Amino acid sequence: MTQAILTIEDYAKTFHLHERNKDIPSASGVNLSVYPGRLTALIGPTGAGKSSVLKGIYRTYLPSSGRILYRSKAGNVIDLAKAGEHQILELRKQEIGFVTQFLYCLPRKSAIDVVAEPLFARGVDSHEARGRAEKLLAQLAVPSHLWNVPPATFSGGEKQRVNLARGLIAQPRLLLLDEPTASLDPATTERVVEHIQLLKETGIAMLAIFHHPELVRRLADEVVELSPLIAVTELSKD
Amino acid sequence: MSRKILEVRGLSRIHGKGCPLCTLHTGPEFDTNICPFCGSVVAAHDINFDLYRGEILGIIGESGSGKSSTVKMLYFDDTPTSGQATFFDGAEQHDLFSLNAAQQRSMRNKRFGMVYQNPHMGLNFQISAGGNIAERLLMSDLKHYAEIRRRAGELLSRTEVSLARIDQNPKTFSGGMQQRVQIAKALATRPPLLFLDEVTTGLDLSVQAAILDLILEIQNELDTAMIVVTHDLGVIRLLAGRTLVMKHGRVIESGLTDQILEDPQHAYTQRLVASAL
Repeated sequence: MTQAILTIEDYAKTFHLHERNKDIPSASGVNLSVYPGRLTALIGPTGAGKSSVLKGIYRTYLPSSGRILYRSKAGNVIDLAKAGEHQILELRKQEIGFVTQFLYCLPRKSAIDVVAEPLFARGVDSHEARGRAEKLLAQLAVPSHLWNVPPATFSGGEKQRVNLARGLIAQPRLLLLDEPTASLDPATTERVVEHIQLLKETGIAMLAIFHHPELVRRLADEVVELSPLIAVTELSKD
Repeated sequence: MSRKILEVRGLSRIHGKGCPLCTLHTGPEFDTNICPFCGSVVAAHDINFDLYRGEILGIIGESGSGKSSTVKMLYFDDTPTSGQATFFDGAEQHDLFSLNAAQQRSMRNKRFGMVYQNPHMGLNFQISAGGNIAERLLMSDLKHYAEIRRRAGELLSRTEVSLARIDQNPKTFSGGMQQRVQIAKALATRPPLLFLDEVTTGLDLSVQAAILDLILEIQNELDTAMIVVTHDLGVIRLLAGRTLVMKHGRVIESGLTDQILEDPQHAYTQRLVASAL
């Protein structure tokens, strides 16, 4: 098998809540690898830390311990758990994408511009960027009369497809997917599945959480199961 | 080439005579920025950060946390008690606090831009909207009347102020429109570094959203580095890639903005985020 693009060694994340003087574990003892052109699925019950792992990689969470070794396009191995903020921002812009369940965007930007934004940020010509955005929105079955409308008023499923399109458009080397089909109907889910298969063929490495076991069966090349964590630790108040 | 545009080290400002104990007995752990021994106010103490080209850095905190003081010193509206700031401008490098008054003025007028919360501070209400922008264009090297008027018109339409109002006095404008004129004025010289101090505070929500949109569009188009001072978590969520959290004159936490919002480390930031969501 080819070299892993991402290797996680013993990732753990614990939140310390100062006000309540409590430690709340969200993930521990996580080990996994992700390979180019393959999809690793994270499975496990609610609260086992699946999203925590994705957020740790993207550095939305500061990992408490462990190493998150990413092999960059330039061939360097970077520990994402410790990398500088500017380096993380650059990797987010160029190499690592994250599709979350929620869409944050500015209120008056059209769906096309929301989707094309990662390409604008990379300096792609705006005509070309919008063209690619339109193509992707069509592929994901977002009705064309919505393309020039800000997504604020869209249905949950439409918003999610816009969000997905934005995550996919820049074709990152590593793509993190957190329940990308959670609020989609079966027909649209099928389109997303096809698209993910296509991305795999282009060599993109993916780490994904799926709502539905059926999708794991169809899309995953590797499956990593996380077990539920021990309860919250009450710290002594000395 | 380094992408750094600004490097701030040990920036501090004490209002009052100051004493050796000022900084030892103020700060978040003492819950005050007033020295109990001499009564001096520690507005900012030991502020350190780097800003990269085209980056938006958020500074968040409550009133009196030192966020505006920090920006004021960098824009030469106030003088630091100690500390350094280095501005990297192409091949040149300037130690901001060693510049003489004329050099500082030139830096302010040509290389920096500032948008204040209060339009009275950023605009001259004795002259027209176009005149406000012309004033700034004159300070750069543009001298020809027709050219200045054309450029002022361009800037106003870019910030979505109707050209029909170019000769009107901005005191007759709505709050949102006054902010747009301020932004147009600040951008007149295409500065690589822009300071924005609570620019959406006090505006209607829909007006706020439009101003934030405009700021992001400009950052995208011109690759302007910005420091955005606000007490509004929603503003930094939408604008800033990285954020400093200030309290009682200190930076208590800094990080990627999504990390600050979802995984705040400091007790104060945890309270701030919890009370906002």
